[in-house]
Amino acid sequence: MSPRCVQVGVAATLLGMITVESLTKTYGRGLTAVDDVSFTASTGRVTGFLGPNGAGKSTTMRIIVGLTPATSGTATVDGRRFTDLPNPGTEVGVLLDASAQHAGRTGREILTLAQRTMGLPRGRVQEMLDLVSLTSTEADRRVKDYSLGMRQRLGIGTALLGDPHVLILDEPANGLDPAGIRWMRDLLRGFADQGGTVLLSSHLLHEIEVIADDLVVIGHGRIVAQGTKADLLATAGTVVRSRDAAALTRAMEQSGLVFTAHADGSVHTDASPDQVGEIALTARVVLTELRAADGAGLEEMFLELTADTQREGAAA
Amino acid sequence: MTTTVLTAPASESGTATHRTRTAPTRIPLTRLIGVELRKMFDTRSGFWLMASIVITSVLATAAIIVFAPDDQLTFDNFAAAIGAPMTVILPMIGILAVTSEWSQRSGLTTFTLVPHRGRVLGAKFLAAIGVGVVSMFIALVVGVLGTLVGSAIAGVDPVWNVSAAHFALIVLGSVLGMLFGFMLGLVIRNSAGAIVTYFVYTLVLPPLLGLLAANQKWFADLQPWVDFNYAQTSLFNGTMTSEQWQQLGTAGALWFVLPMAVGLLIVRRAEVK
Repeated sequence: MSPRCVQVGVAATLLGMITVESLTKTYGRGLTAVDDVSFTASTGRVTGFLGPNGAGKSTTMRIIVGLTPATSGTATVDGRRFTDLPNPGTEVGVLLDASAQHAGRTGREILTLAQRTMGLPRGRVQEMLDLVSLTSTEADRRVKDYSLGMRQRLGIGTALLGDPHVLILDEPANGLDPAGIRWMRDLLRGFADQGGTVLLSSHLLHEIEVIADDLVVIGHGRIVAQGTKADLLATAGTVVRSRDAAALTRAMEQSGLVFTAHADGSVHTDASPDQVGEIALTARVVLTELRAADGAGLEEMFLELTADTQREGAAA
Repeated sequence: MTTTVLTAPASESGTATHRTRTAPTRIPLTRLIGVELRKMFDTRSGFWLMASIVITSVLATAAIIVFAPDDQLTFDNFAAAIGAPMTVILPMIGILAVTSEWSQRSGLTTFTLVPHRGRVLGAKFLAAIGVGVVSMFIALVVGVLGTLVGSAIAGVDPVWNVSAAHFALIVLGSVLGMLFGFMLGLVIRNSAGAIVTYFVYTLVLPPLLGLLAANQKWFADLQPWVDFNYAQTSLFNGTMTSEQWQQLGTAGALWFVLPMAVGLLIVRRAEVK
C-alpha cells in the first residue's frame, strides 16, 4: 500500500483501533480455542476476520467484548479494555448472534431496551428501524416470527443504535438475501470511510473479499495469515501448466522452488511468473499456461492456508 | 454504488471529520433498574405473569366472598387466600428475571451493553424487590376491598384482624420467597430447571424434612435453625420471637445467602453463550 496509508494509520492509532495481543483461550481437557492470536483492526478500514467454522473467530470476538474471559493475553478498543468503557454501546457496536434475543419481544422493544440502557433519545429507535429497513408492521412483530435476515437487520440496527465508531460483527451476512448483502456492504463501507473501524468475521469468502481492506485469516485457533487484502492477494504466486508436467516440476525442483502439483496438471508456486518463465526456458519446457494466481482470488488462498487445519467439510 | 476502493485521502478526511464525541458517562444504576423492570413486563409471558398477580388476587377474593361462611369474612382470611397464589407467582417472576437472559440468550446483548454482570444482576435484584413489594400492596388493596364488599354483602361488620406489623411480616415473607426464586435462577440459569427446583424445594422437601423431624429427635431440635422453609413460614403467622428471627437468619444464611454468593461468583466468570 502507499506510504500515505501508513501515515493515516499512525495518526489514527488511538481512536477506534481494536488491538488484540497474544490472546489465548484454553478450555479444560487441553482444548485450545484461541492460540496466541494477535492483530489490529485500524480506523477507517474494514478488517475481515476469515476462517472456517470452529476456527476461533467467535471466541476471539467474545473475548474482545468481555463475554468470555481470556486465559492469557489482552484485547483493547481505543487502548482500553471493553469492560472499562463507561457506556460501551455508544462506542462499540456489537452483533455476535442475531438469534440471541428474547423470542417474545418485538423488534421495536429490543431496540427500545438498548436505547434506554444507553440513555439515548427515544427517536433513535425509529431512525434505526428506518436505516435497517424494518417496516412498522415488522418492528411490532415478535422476534420469534422473524426470518434470519430480519434478525440480522435488527441486530445491525442494535449495533448502530448508540452511534459507535467501532463495529464488531460476527457473520453479519448470514441469512441476508443478495440485496441485503449489498446493502450491508455499502453500509459498512460508508461507516469505515467516515473513519469508523469495522471488524467482521465470515466464512463466506466472496463476501469478505469484496468488502474487506485488511484480512486476518484464522484456522484452528491460530492466525495463519494477515495483512492488507492487496498484499495477501499479491503473494498468491503463480499458476503454470505444461504439456510435460514431469519435466516442468523437475526443473522447478532443481531450481529450489516450492510448488504444489495439482491433479489437473497445473502447478502452483509462490515464485513469480518471471522466475518460472526463466526456469522453463532454461529447461526447454513448453508452457501452455503461465499467469499470476489470482483467478480464484482469496478462495484459493483461504483454502490453501487453512487446508491443514480446517475441519473436514467445514469450509462450506 | 459506493466506492469499493479505499483511497488514502478518504480515510484522512474521514478521520478528521469524524463526529466529535462527548465523553460517555457511566450508566447509572437507576437506569439499569428501569430497564430491568421493563423487561419483566415486555413479553407476553412476563405481562401475564404480572397480570396474574391481580387476577388471582381478585379470584381468591371472589371465592372467599362466595364460599366462606359469614363469620369467616375476616381480613386475615382474605389475606391468606390472596397470599397463597402470590407465594407461587412471585418466585416465578424472580426466577425468570434471571434465567431469561440465559434461556432466551438475550444476555448476549445485555452483558455487552453493560459488561458488568454484578451491576445488571444487582439491578434485577432491586427491580424484583420492587415488584414484590408493590404486588403485596396490590394484594392489600384487593383484600381490603374484598373485606368491605364481602361483609357488606353478608351484612356483617368488617373484621380488621391483621395489624400493620403482621402485614409487614407477610410482605417480608413473600419477598424472601421471591428472592429465593431469584437465587435459584442465578445458580441454575435455566428457566425450566429453576422452576422445577423451586417446586421440589417448596412441595417435596418440607414433608420429607417433617418426616425426619418426627422420627429423629436430634433433627426436630435442629430443623428450625436449618430449614429455611420452616423458618420463613413463621413470618406469615404474624409474630416473630427473637429466637425465630435468629432461626430465620441461620437458615437463610444456609439456604439463601450462601448459594447466592456461589451463584454470583459463577455468573461473573461464566461464559454467556
